[in-house]
Amino acid sequence: MKAVLRALLVFAGLCLLWQALVVTTGLPAYILPPPTRVFAALVGRADFLLSHALLTLAEIVLGMLSGVVLGVASALTLASVPTARRWLLPVLVVSQAIPVFALAPLLVLWLGYGMASKVAMATLIIYFPVTSAFYDGLRHSERGWLDLARVMGATGGRELLHVRVPAALPGLASGLRVAAVVAPIGAVIGEWVGASAGLGYIMLQANARMQIDVMFAALLVLGVMAVALYYGLDAALRRFIPWLPQSLPVSSKE
Amino acid sequence: MPHPLIADPRAGAPPAVSVHAARLDYGGAALFDALDFTLPAGRWTCLLGPSGVGKTTLLRLIAGLEAPVGDTRIVAGDGQPLAGRIAWMGQQDLLLPWLSALDNALLGSRLRGDGDPDRERRGVAIELLIRVGLGGRLAARPSALSGGQRQRVALVRTLMEDRPVILMDEPFSGLDSITRWKLQDLAAELLAGRTVLLVTHDPREALRLGDTVHVMAGRPARLDQAWELGGPTPRPLDDPALLAREGELIRRLAAAAEA
Repeated sequence: MKAVLRALLVFAGLCLLWQALVVTTGLPAYILPPPTRVFAALVGRADFLLSHALLTLAEIVLGMLSGVVLGVASALTLASVPTARRWLLPVLVVSQAIPVFALAPLLVLWLGYGMASKVAMATLIIYFPVTSAFYDGLRHSERGWLDLARVMGATGGRELLHVRVPAALPGLASGLRVAAVVAPIGAVIGEWVGASAGLGYIMLQANARMQIDVMFAALLVLGVMAVALYYGLDAALRRFIPWLPQSLPVSSKE
Repeated sequence: MPHPLIADPRAGAPPAVSVHAARLDYGGAALFDALDFTLPAGRWTCLLGPSGVGKTTLLRLIAGLEAPVGDTRIVAGDGQPLAGRIAWMGQQDLLLPWLSALDNALLGSRLRGDGDPDRERRGVAIELLIRVGLGGRLAARPSALSGGQRQRVALVRTLMEDRPVILMDEPFSGLDSITRWKLQDLAAELLAGRTVLLVTHDPREALRLGDTVHVMAGRPARLDQAWELGGPTPRPLDDPALLAREGELIRRLAAAAEA
């Protein structure tokens, strides 16, 4: 609770600083609108912002779901099929040299201006962090546990299911946290490249019309959404993986 | 006397286990070479020696966890294969943090896919956990248990494996002396009549529990003449004979460490 309060205070402080900056420098509103105008835009165009935000949120969530499913499936395949490991792992690593953003125009060309290209973008951008985090976890199971399973006569599949997968869940959890942070980037980039709706689209349109206050409002909504997604996911992970090590620096006890 | 709860119908009488011409290389040099070692059937054999001499490696070799080199042969006295007849208890408790104490105790059947542990096996596990004083902690995760409690769960897990050959690697080393003493008694009672190899660095533990004591020393490592102790185990801590032997054993260990 205290942490939330602190965060709000910091936010309020930044807004004050921002307001002071605008007042002292006399920057015009089409360069830097004061926070009061941004909040006015936020309230005045709430319905408009909300409907676009929901679309972007849907893209993010769908992208995360498919990215996580694909990433988990890939990691399991890599961990349990040596042939797949030999052939696919180098490809996977090299493919990361291609900046995913560069693919956005192609995705829009192939999948159109609708949601599909943004979902694909978010999927692509989180696929690698999820795969590598989970795969690392699967590879680095505690040696003693594997020895124990071996002496007990475990079959490969059961060892994977009952020892390596649960042991890798904390690793997967950190992959998911990264995914929650980068999936919104994927969706917004997709919207920038070509879209007819969504927060990214609004920002681009508002920018072109010099409605910088609307742009900031959209940015604020996006930020709140991303933070909520992160903390919601983190709380869920903690609940379902209670043996997760404490790794969130913000919640560390003083 | 075997514990009535876990009489083993599968394995019959515990076999002797012999290691012949064992060789294992570590860092380019032979840790041991042409080593012969026998665990007498149904008896406790304790293995002592300086750190790093290869006690743990020898135990892991018998457990099938180290790849043997050269002519190494590990055979059971009854001529049957050893695989599937060994239970292993390592230096750490190795409890899985996501399972309750009870589920950790039942891990073996889960991993082998013997079907869901049936009511009978669960009943046995619960009874054993009650025996080791954890009746109230069945649902507790390992993180909520003390070191001694975790080691007791690991002991129950080993017992639930119900194997004729038991390999234990310093199972009580991390415990305070009272807990260690209690667990020694418990293990001696519950694992009586099995073929047991106990690696330990505590001379007193070896002298309380062992029917036979070996000291391993040198590089490549050798085993000294088996020291047959005789008499019922666990021997009481204040047994004067035990104290006299402890002096003798410590002298042997000191000599071994210098060799």
